[in-house]
Amino acid sequence: MLNLVKVVAQRLALGLLVLFAVSMIIFLGVELLPGDLCQEIQGQGATKETVAACRKELGLDLPPVTRYVSWLGGVVQGDFGVSLANQREISELIGVRLSNTVFLALIAAVISVPLALILGLLAALYRNTIYDRMVNVVTLTSISTPEFFVAYILILFFSVKLGWFPSLSNVSPETEFWERVYRAILPATTLTLVVVAHMMRMTRASIINLLASPYIEMANLKGLPRSHVIVRHALPNAWAPIVNVIVINLAYLIVGVVVVEVVFVYPGLGQLIVDSVQKRDIPVVQACSLIFAATYVLLNLTADILSIVTNPRLLHPR
Amino acid sequence: MSDSIDTTAAQTADALPPPPKQGRLSTAWRELKKAPLSAKFGLLVIFGYVFVALFAPMLTPYGESEIVGPEFEPWGEGFVLGTDNLGRDMLTRLLYGARNTIGIAFVTTCLAFLIGGVAGILAAALSGWVDQVLSRLVDILMAIPALIFALLLLTIFGTSIPTLIVIIAVLDSTRVFRLARAVSLNVVVMDFVEAARLRGERITWITIREVLPNIMPPLVAEFGLRFCFVFLTIAALSFLGLGIQPPTADWGSMVRDNATLITYGDVTPLLPAGAIALLTVGVNFVVDWFLHKTSGLRE
Repeated sequence: MLNLVKVVAQRLALGLLVLFAVSMIIFLGVELLPGDLCQEIQGQGATKETVAACRKELGLDLPPVTRYVSWLGGVVQGDFGVSLANQREISELIGVRLSNTVFLALIAAVISVPLALILGLLAALYRNTIYDRMVNVVTLTSISTPEFFVAYILILFFSVKLGWFPSLSNVSPETEFWERVYRAILPATTLTLVVVAHMMRMTRASIINLLASPYIEMANLKGLPRSHVIVRHALPNAWAPIVNVIVINLAYLIVGVVVVEVVFVYPGLGQLIVDSVQKRDIPVVQACSLIFAATYVLLNLTADILSIVTNPRLLHPR
Repeated sequence: MSDSIDTTAAQTADALPPPPKQGRLSTAWRELKKAPLSAKFGLLVIFGYVFVALFAPMLTPYGESEIVGPEFEPWGEGFVLGTDNLGRDMLTRLLYGARNTIGIAFVTTCLAFLIGGVAGILAAALSGWVDQVLSRLVDILMAIPALIFALLLLTIFGTSIPTLIVIIAVLDSTRVFRLARAVSLNVVVMDFVEAARLRGERITWITIREVLPNIMPPLVAEFGLRFCFVFLTIAALSFLGLGIQPPTADWGSMVRDNATLITYGDVTPLLPAGAIALLTVGVNFVVDWFLHKTSGLRE
């Protein structure tokens, strides 16, 4: 038990270190700019005086390390600074959008996780049958398809031809819960279709891997009923890979929302980052990148820790 | 005993005469005939696209960004697939798009393999602190999701085709590095590499003549997969308006520019998106078959 705590603590410390490094890359990346932010903003009309004034205002006259420390200090307290484009507090811009994005990702996850696990398990159990081969071709196709293609096909059928769902998912903080779900159905379905394929393939692969191990063959040779072999012998060892698959795909969802939000004009974080990149509003892009990257790192860390907890063998790395 | 094995291993790696060309071709042909339907379909698609990309100017009725008629003209005579939001011929743009989109993705993937492959093999061959530094650097870079990282870097450096190619190539080379390092690690401990080292060969010789030929199959398969990934990333960025910039014809931005037509039930904007999907599907089918053939690294 003590060993477990120690290994988990090690992983957490490592995760923290990675987060720290990531924040450093995101902040100091701007230093790579030829010239600096102020010259970039003012472009052709820059004079020495205006650039100097702007530098003073943004604190660019301070050394990068000092700025990084004060930026990180602010971020930890939820203060991301001010947007260059409209001078608004970034935390204010992000707040509602972040919850919208999380809401969308959650709906997609609730639909896709059980669906993918069941379908993947079936494909593994009925390996090399027609069903399995169909699954292989269909998932391969779906993985290779850009998100916006799926999104527009859904729009064409379900909102233009059939008129069941709106093609624009504009929600506001006042929108009530079920109305929100209704408007988020098409974007959530798009995400689901893309993620399910990944998740199914990974589930199938890890289950097949497991079923090929000698102790399962032994159980089969002993003449145990198939259901018994799967539930009592295979499943306990399958948890780790399955949890891994789920968490990795949740991390994938977080990134997938960017394109989908733009297609459906859904007011989330993805939409914000894309708008800000177009306006070259660097502080906002940094803030959004940090949130996306942190979520990604934390989810991967969770997968890591969960697989250690569910698989005691990983406690003793060779 | 072990000496004799060493020399034979070294000989087979260094001095094996290449098999006669005819034999190789006919083996390839036989393999191809046995390939599953999905792989044949994939190859057909790839060859089709390459053909269109190479001969785009001869196949198209108009110039790449020539305005030839009114906006959003429907399908019909003169304009087979109608015109786009600025009155350019859709078919022409679509064919030129093959050239630009595939060309840029291909160059990017090659660059990613050059950076990642060389660094990966070197890390495995040199080991020690070079390996440590490179591996930790790659770990950190991979902790940030690629699309988000690309968005951040595009904000900093601005959007132009050269920066786009370099940014995506560098980000993608981290994945190539991982694979190249992992597979080379298995090779650099072999006796024939040790023999080459003892012969006093330089590190460039060892990477190119000893390690590289032995890690080709997984790298080739990875090239297909990475190409798909790069292709989709560039398409997504162009779709977001941050990738390939107008007036260059490109499938991602064509979807974006003509998306309004969808709300009128017109399928034209789906054509470029479908073109992207078809190619990646084709490549994936071929890679899937290839991985199966070379008895897979993955599954």
